[in-house]
Amino acid sequence: MKVDIKKFCILTLALALTGFMSPAFAQHDDHGHDDHAGHEHAEGHEEHNQNEEHGEGYDPVATVMHHIADANEFHIWKGVHIPLPVFLYAPDHGWTTGTSAMFEHGHTAVDGYVLNHGRINRVADASFPKGEVHVGHIDHKVETDEAGKEKDVYYVSYENESYKLDAPSTLDGGMMGGGITSFYDFSITKNVFTMFLAALLLIFIFNAVARGYKKNEGKAPSGIQSFFEVFFVFMRDEVTKPMIGEKHYERFQPFVMTLFFFILFCNLLGLVPFFPGSANVTGNIAVTLVLAVFTFIVVNLNGKKDYWQHIFWMPGIPGWVKIILTPVEILGLFIRPFSLMIRLFANISAGHIIILSLIGLIFLFGDNGANTGGAAAGAVVGGLFTAFMNLIELLVAALQAFVFAILSASYIGAAVEEHHHDEAHAH
Amino acid sequence: MGPIGAGLAALGAGIGIGLIGSKAMEAIARQPEAAGDIRSNMILVAALVEGAALFAIVVGLLG
Repeated sequence: MKVDIKKFCILTLALALTGFMSPAFAQHDDHGHDDHAGHEHAEGHEEHNQNEEHGEGYDPVATVMHHIADANEFHIWKGVHIPLPVFLYAPDHGWTTGTSAMFEHGHTAVDGYVLNHGRINRVADASFPKGEVHVGHIDHKVETDEAGKEKDVYYVSYENESYKLDAPSTLDGGMMGGGITSFYDFSITKNVFTMFLAALLLIFIFNAVARGYKKNEGKAPSGIQSFFEVFFVFMRDEVTKPMIGEKHYERFQPFVMTLFFFILFCNLLGLVPFFPGSANVTGNIAVTLVLAVFTFIVVNLNGKKDYWQHIFWMPGIPGWVKIILTPVEILGLFIRPFSLMIRLFANISAGHIIILSLIGLIFLFGDNGANTGGAAAGAVVGGLFTAFMNLIELLVAALQAFVFAILSASYIGAAVEEHHHDEAHAH
Repeated sequence: MGPIGAGLAALGAGIGIGLIGSKAMEAIARQPEAAGDIRSNMILVAALVEGAALFAIVVGLLG
């Protein structure tokens, strides 16, 4: 069984590193449109910017969205966090580095940055003091902009004045929506950490497997090698060979396998509900975008003459149909990786949302701590359904990794295929 | 309107994937020796149908 392990390791690391840019391009996920600004304000609470379920009103939508979003720290339980390194850049101030512990969960502002719901935000006002200052609570307001759209806006209070917070940064600086931000966040966030972890796991495991193949050449596999040989043979015989074809499949085997195992490991780590896991990596549209762009590049760089001819001037059909078909084919070029991106993102996010909603039943039934009997009933009902959903999610984790790999392989197969012009074209 | 559209999209995908599943089961019953091929093609086509539905769901919920 010939597997190019070195290429595989390099690809894995490349995937993880490119994912590094994802926090800068992260979703802005604070869709708490219910107006819970009033009572949040009135509480004078301790944990105001971490856990809305500890506040008076339990807002299931905001809590779920907060939990599937990326964060600059690992939240273990109330008041216990694992800090992560932060690298922030603002054009008008320069770099700010450190760990997320320096923000003291929102109580301290550093160079105008504060931690809001686990995400770093920046005070837009230039008159806000630089360096470490103690700040008051962060208020949430829902404001309507000129277009009549409701937006979540956060204000931090400092010395009896409230300052507006910029939304978390996006890669484009907010030009494509989400508002112009005044800073860039290159931090190792929860998602980036988990991606590194998945990459390192893959590199360690597959180096061990590669050593096994060297040692047992011509013999039966042993140890961890025998566990993974099943996957290799499956990926070769069911995915790459039939999809790409006998002639070219060996060239793309490392790429397709890297996609499969990287997505599988990220999915499985996302299902672990505590520290090393818990990040919603493949449910982040920036991560799936990077993966889909890789497929797009590999497909189009390897496109043969026939592939391009079928896009721009499909042979064997009347001329007027070609005029209609060419724009459709060109659109299809971009829709394919786009659908890869959406499919993985939506499947994994939906799974996380369902599980979090079921856990949220405990807080809903229990009136957020006031009703113990209700909470117990919610725990039984929600717990049973969560166990069931977790089993389904295990299936989905493997299935979506497989679907991403097999679709990538089929797109590559379409690109490298050489047609004989006398045979019928199946499209 | 968004959630209603998302629900309709899920309905369409449910019908589509149900048809794929039922035809695949019939095919496997008729030709059990081709079960492996049919299963992987079934998953592939189901993923394509699901992709269209997920487009609609994402547009419905975000738009």
